Amino acid sequence: MHSDRAAAVLLWIAAMSSVLITVGIVAVLVLESIPFFSHVGLGTFLTDTQWQPLFADARFGILPLVCGTLVTTVTALAVAMPVGTVVAIYLSEFAPHRLREILKPVLELLSAVPTVVYGYFALLTVTPVLQKVFPDLPTFNMLGAGIVMGIMIVPYVSSLSEDAMRGVPRLLREGAYAMGANKILTALKVVYPAALSGIGSSYVLGISRAVGETMIVAIAAGMQPNLTCNPAEPAATITAFIVQVSQGDLPHGSIGYQSIFAAGVVLFAMTLVFNIAGYRLRKRFREAY
Amino acid sequence: MRSIERTVALRLRQDRWFHVFGVLCTLLGVATLCALLGSLLLDGLGRIDWSFLSSFPSRRAGQAGILSALVGSLLVMLVTAAVAVPLGIAAGVYLEEYARKNRLTAIVEINIANLAGVPSVIYGLMALGVFVYAFGFGHSILTAGLTLAALILPIVIVATREALRTIPRSIREASYALGATKWETVWHHLLPYSMGGIATGIIIGLSRAIGETAPLVTIGALAYIAFLPDAPFTSEPPFVSFAWLQSDFTVLPMQMFNWVSRPDPAFHANAAATGVVLIAITLSMNALAIFVRYRMRRSIKW
Repeated sequence: MHSDRAAAVLLWIAAMSSVLITVGIVAVLVLESIPFFSHVGLGTFLTDTQWQPLFADARFGILPLVCGTLVTTVTALAVAMPVGTVVAIYLSEFAPHRLREILKPVLELLSAVPTVVYGYFALLTVTPVLQKVFPDLPTFNMLGAGIVMGIMIVPYVSSLSEDAMRGVPRLLREGAYAMGANKILTALKVVYPAALSGIGSSYVLGISRAVGETMIVAIAAGMQPNLTCNPAEPAATITAFIVQVSQGDLPHGSIGYQSIFAAGVVLFAMTLVFNIAGYRLRKRFREAY
Repeated sequence: MRSIERTVALRLRQDRWFHVFGVLCTLLGVATLCALLGSLLLDGLGRIDWSFLSSFPSRRAGQAGILSALVGSLLVMLVTAAVAVPLGIAAGVYLEEYARKNRLTAIVEINIANLAGVPSVIYGLMALGVFVYAFGFGHSILTAGLTLAALILPIVIVATREALRTIPRSIREASYALGATKWETVWHHLLPYSMGGIATGIIIGLSRAIGETAPLVTIGALAYIAFLPDAPFTSEPPFVSFAWLQSDFTVLPMQMFNWVSRPDPAFHANAAATGVVLIAITLSMNALAIFVRYRMRRSIKW
């Protein structure tokens, strides 16, 4: 009986370790960025239009990095959302059972490829192809990085959306067929709306992935902070900045060292919002039927 | 009558068109995977030979190799697995079998769901603050292993819980009826029966960890390492040494990142070759996971 009690305590400690990780993340982000914000000030941080923390004439406006993150994210989602949704509808409503069982794991391999390999692919394969279409495209650009990132995200969107659509009861489909609807009308007008919260959570998961994706943008989108909404230009994202600064050997406690934690706070806050929204949506769709 | 026939024909045509469109979109994913593999093989296959696998990185692209990265990846994975596997399984067992439905459990569950969505580069920042500076581990193999263990912990936990959930209640009741304690039930019945599902999760988690670059760059790992860590085995008693844990290191994805970031195209071939090795490792791990899951589905019927 003693060993039973001891086992329970050990298992509890293991479960709490996951909480410790979160505590560690939050503590580090807060503690390391406090000196930064006492030096820079929140107003400047959020409104200045330049981010040059390592220059002698340092500027600390996060906007260019946030802008780069948003442009690459929107580009990725412009690929991942339509393609992922169509794939989900196809797999859930059209594909024969056997084919689906093969296609699903194959598609999921897309998210198993290391992101540094995608970065290579974006920089040295996709961008040269894009340059044939748009000759003015620079070597480093957000377009190529965003497209590749979008394809990487397709399985996240399609898998979760398909699960949601397959959770829609057969009866609803039969009702639509009885009214004379064909498969595609049923899928778009009945199944899709019925599964919307699940599909929505897959979109949100995709956004969160795109915002936090690092290596593809660090390799292929360029490292210069650039306040622009044009995906054809190079620009640094929050994640790319963190990687770029970490590569050099920054002294512990310097303003450059603190700046990556300040950038990390913004990144963590952005993904946290999407993660919580996704969690809520997922819970709702589980309870739907 | 005509108009109905026409409408029916139109509707059927719509279905057929969408079917084609759906196949095309699905193939886009498959085609990208093929293009990616093709371009890597085209650029990198020529560089892969024994000397590439057994040489240190070098300033001359033609002589550079990935020996230190291969060894580094292996050692980091050892640490990651040694930490994440027992911890993840234990946490999963606790949450699925022991935890009461209260507020603390709910917080732990939301926390795990959220951790799975935290960008990997944030784990790197956490490791930089906690492992590198607060604990003083430096940018060592130990730090890297712990960082990646934290990163894949949610994957192992979720896999363990899902595997346990598929075991029917009656198995547990039968064990209790024979006088087993809760822990005996877990150890002798639940864990062995869910091993397939847990193993799948572990393999998937490790394959994700082996390809991770961002958190390791963030902890300040170097890409140019022209030596090997101390051997884990020695000729004198006690025959095992843990000095390698404190060693500097590089891993395959970091080596690839370093080479792809250089302007000289000769190094791009090295990057592609490293990518081929890396992708061969991750894809075969994923294939293994799919195989294990398939075997498990066939062999166990409750």
